[in-house]
Amino acid sequence: MFESSKINAKSTWKEMTPGGTIYDAGNSVDFKTGDWRSQKPVFIRENCKQCLLCVPCCPDSAIPVNAEGQREDFNYDYCKGCGVCSKACPFHAIEMQ
Amino acid sequence: MGIRERLSGNEAVANAMRQIDPDVVAAFPITPSTEIPQYFSAFVNNGKVHTEFVPVESEHSAMSACIGASAAGARVMTATSANGLSLMWEMLYIASSLRLPIVMSCVNRAVSGPLNIHNDHSDSMGARDSGWIQLYGETNQEAYDNIIMAMRIAEHKDIHLPVMNCYDGFITSHSVENIELLEDEKVKAFVGEYHPEHYLLNKDEQIAIGPLDVQPFLFEHKFQQAEAMRKAKDVIKQVQKEFYELTGREYGLIEEYKMEDAEYAVVVLNSTAGTSKEAVDRLRAQGMKVGLIKPRVFRPFPGEEIANALKNVKAVAILDKADGLNGVGGPLFTDTTSAMLINKVTAPKAISYIYGIGGRDVRVEDIESVYKDLQEVANQENVTDTYRYLGLKGGRE
Repeated sequence: MFESSKINAKSTWKEMTPGGTIYDAGNSVDFKTGDWRSQKPVFIRENCKQCLLCVPCCPDSAIPVNAEGQREDFNYDYCKGCGVCSKACPFHAIEMQ
Repeated sequence: MGIRERLSGNEAVANAMRQIDPDVVAAFPITPSTEIPQYFSAFVNNGKVHTEFVPVESEHSAMSACIGASAAGARVMTATSANGLSLMWEMLYIASSLRLPIVMSCVNRAVSGPLNIHNDHSDSMGARDSGWIQLYGETNQEAYDNIIMAMRIAEHKDIHLPVMNCYDGFITSHSVENIELLEDEKVKAFVGEYHPEHYLLNKDEQIAIGPLDVQPFLFEHKFQQAEAMRKAKDVIKQVQKEFYELTGREYGLIEEYKMEDAEYAVVVLNSTAGTSKEAVDRLRAQGMKVGLIKPRVFRPFPGEEIANALKNVKAVAILDKADGLNGVGGPLFTDTTSAMLINKVTAPKAISYIYGIGGRDVRVEDIESVYKDLQEVANQENVTDTYRYLGLKGGRE
């Protein structure tokens, strides 16, 4: 059985799955796309009303929401810096830098 | 003992598909392959098969639907010709690189332009490096037999590559010939049930197919594909052996016709091999030692087998029904001569002949003239015109 987390840049062709198929689910967490970012959203906590309009706008699920239903700071491992959240925020709580 | 019938090539292939009863057929009509989905949709509507038939809006969609269905875990078949195959181009590579065992009949026709619906091999030859196994059949019987064997070859656990069942448009696809069909239950037993190890509809294993494959990975995945193609030679021979045991019809990677003591040989694919056999018989009656090699598989290329069959000839003509447009010769010519070189068969003089483009008729006399040319070639010190045309009006300057 192949596990995608064990396949890395050093793996040989014998250690890879045919056609590159990934046999185990939820592996996109292993692929950190944050380094594609050229602009960075900055969370200005004091302006935030916790309306959560930004959360569903994020194409990369990079805005974590805690157990109390409050958004937290960005997960920069996955934020590609597209800026959609900043446009969605009515309260100037997200600033692109 | 089989069922005696008389069927056109397309009818025979559609009947093989009925007997195989695949899970999904997605196809778009294009001459001369149209009859395959046409006959097959009648089988679907008459309840002769359980297949989900998807009448898509283009060939790009046909192959895309086949890929989706195959990735989902279905046994999938389709058919096309010429520009239909061209429109599948992108998806041909996706199918082979994702290792999906789709079986497609390619009823050979000239690729436009200018527009021509008749037979040559420019369609499948254009796709020769797309990672598909390519089988070529001379007769209706071979088109029928090949598609049944194709299913087994494609789905073999060491292969998992798509297979193209190529045969000549109109000449084979629309001519009615005597044919021996297998009983339905024998075909079903021969192809067996398809149980892929990994597939998208498996609720117990959540998989992703065709993900991003960057610099550290694609090279290795391409190597795996190339390995499967290399291994396919043995698997094809094994499946042919089992098919022989079932039917008594014996096939190999190549067919040799009167090659044992041949001094002059022709290498040619598909229906023209039949015409050439008649030329061989006529010239043999006149005392000329001539023979024929018909590759039955073009991908993987049976280079060693062809070179070995040619090792004692004085001269060989390699006939291509598709011009290479490469300044050197046809695709069968370039692959054959490369194979001769690496297998150290360098004594025979080799000539490329382009013939039959756009359905130009090729007669027994034309092939006889090729053998007579070879006799001259064998006696010439320096042969410089190795890129020739058969039946071209005006000839090559």
